[in-house]
Amino acid sequence: MKTFAELNFPGRLIAVEGLDGSGKSTQIYLLKRWLEAEGVKVYFSEWNSSELVKSATSKGKKRELLTPTTFSLIHATDFADRYERHLLPLLRAGYVVLCDRYVFTAFARDVTRGCPPEWVRGIYNFAAQPDLTFFFKADLEVSLNRILEGRPKLKFFEAGMDLRLSNDPYESFRIFQGRILEQYMAMSHKFNFIVVDANQHVEKQQSIVRRIVSERINLTQFRRRSPLPLPPTILPVAPPDNKAKEAEEDMAA
Amino acid sequence: MRKPTTDSSNIPPSRRFYGHGVPGVKLEEVTGKLIVVEGADGSGRSTHIARLVDWLEICGHPTVQVGLKRSTLVSSELEKAQHGNILSRTTLSLFYATDFADQLENMILPALKAGFIVLADRYIYTLMARDMVRGMNESWLKNLYGIALEPDAVFYLSVEPQELVQRNLAKSASLDYWESGMDLGLSRDMFDSFVKYQTAMQAAFRQLRKNYGFTIVDGNRPVGSITKELRKKIRALLVGK
Repeated sequence: MKTFAELNFPGRLIAVEGLDGSGKSTQIYLLKRWLEAEGVKVYFSEWNSSELVKSATSKGKKRELLTPTTFSLIHATDFADRYERHLLPLLRAGYVVLCDRYVFTAFARDVTRGCPPEWVRGIYNFAAQPDLTFFFKADLEVSLNRILEGRPKLKFFEAGMDLRLSNDPYESFRIFQGRILEQYMAMSHKFNFIVVDANQHVEKQQSIVRRIVSERINLTQFRRRSPLPLPPTILPVAPPDNKAKEAEEDMAA
Repeated sequence: MRKPTTDSSNIPPSRRFYGHGVPGVKLEEVTGKLIVVEGADGSGRSTHIARLVDWLEICGHPTVQVGLKRSTLVSSELEKAQHGNILSRTTLSLFYATDFADQLENMILPALKAGFIVLADRYIYTLMARDMVRGMNESWLKNLYGIALEPDAVFYLSVEPQELVQRNLAKSASLDYWESGMDLGLSRDMFDSFVKYQTAMQAAFRQLRKNYGFTIVDGNRPVGSITKELRKKIRALLVGK
């Protein structure tokens, strides 16, 4: 797997990964705010958010129609849609693309659900490696508590209830998330995860993230040029005559 | 009533998935027969499937029919996406694979476990051929469709593109956008595009045949003689049923 930089894309892709409740979404949101304030061209993309595929995914989840195979394929469809229609063009245009979850989520979850690892990785082999992947590693208890504070009830697939690990959603969630964490840890080295201790304060984590990003990516390269340059064809060829000057003055007035 | 001993002898020794298959399936339980009919629109697929269903049911065999874009999970979304032509090729490919997987797990495998004869109006080969014509990598497709069960028989109704045009126009006085491969920009002229696309599809099927053996049935002949040939081949499959 080659990174976008290695593939000579003008843009860069930063992904965050971690268990539900690890705080990764907060971190990537704060990263986005900072990059925007720095004048960097930023685009944010979230797992499972492509408009068209979403309706099928939510129907499948609501009606509990999904098997490990279709769960995997429908998320791959969602990813491919975002990848081909948004991520690639933006990366060609020199954007810094931020992804809340990337293919590693599928590698971890789908394999935990029983899909063969080679099959899952083969399907996603059209996707390049992020230039930076932050993995937010919180204690299982911490993640569990964060999820349970926000929402009183765990969703069926989120809790891994389809795996019949336990009839108790909380127990099921605990076992399921534990297994996903194992999968993540097993691929951590291979895919160059930057592991961030997610048990620390949010601010502390964010300053680590910002430091690493500014060390590894030359942000000045991705700044919006202001004002936007005019397309070459409408640039005046000859020095502006009086008429044009008048027009300029009119504009100024 | 069949005796249990006959049951076990019905299990095809060669029953297998093309690749990793789907998790949690015991192949020895998959006792029915999976018969696939492939071919372009206008090749006579639906006619022959309808005839086969009639014949099989009259002979006392329970049947189930499946086809592309018929899953509960994604068929309507897929229809919408195709209508707007807004999905890129990998996305569309995976969307179709999702549709296929949903039917495989929720229709095909349960029916086969119950001993039914499943008639598939197209299978993974059309999906793979379409993608290959659009430049997708064959080994990527092979891995993706490693979930598929190998059918007991695959009949590819081969009809000359020029004849296909005639049949489609005779039927609906128009050519389908996708069956003409208009998304590929082969030609602005729909007639030309259809012929070029169907020619490319046939080449892709020939390529696929190297790895996925299927029976080529000459679909240019009269319906009756094709029926005769299909019945003969299927009868051989059903010995002991």
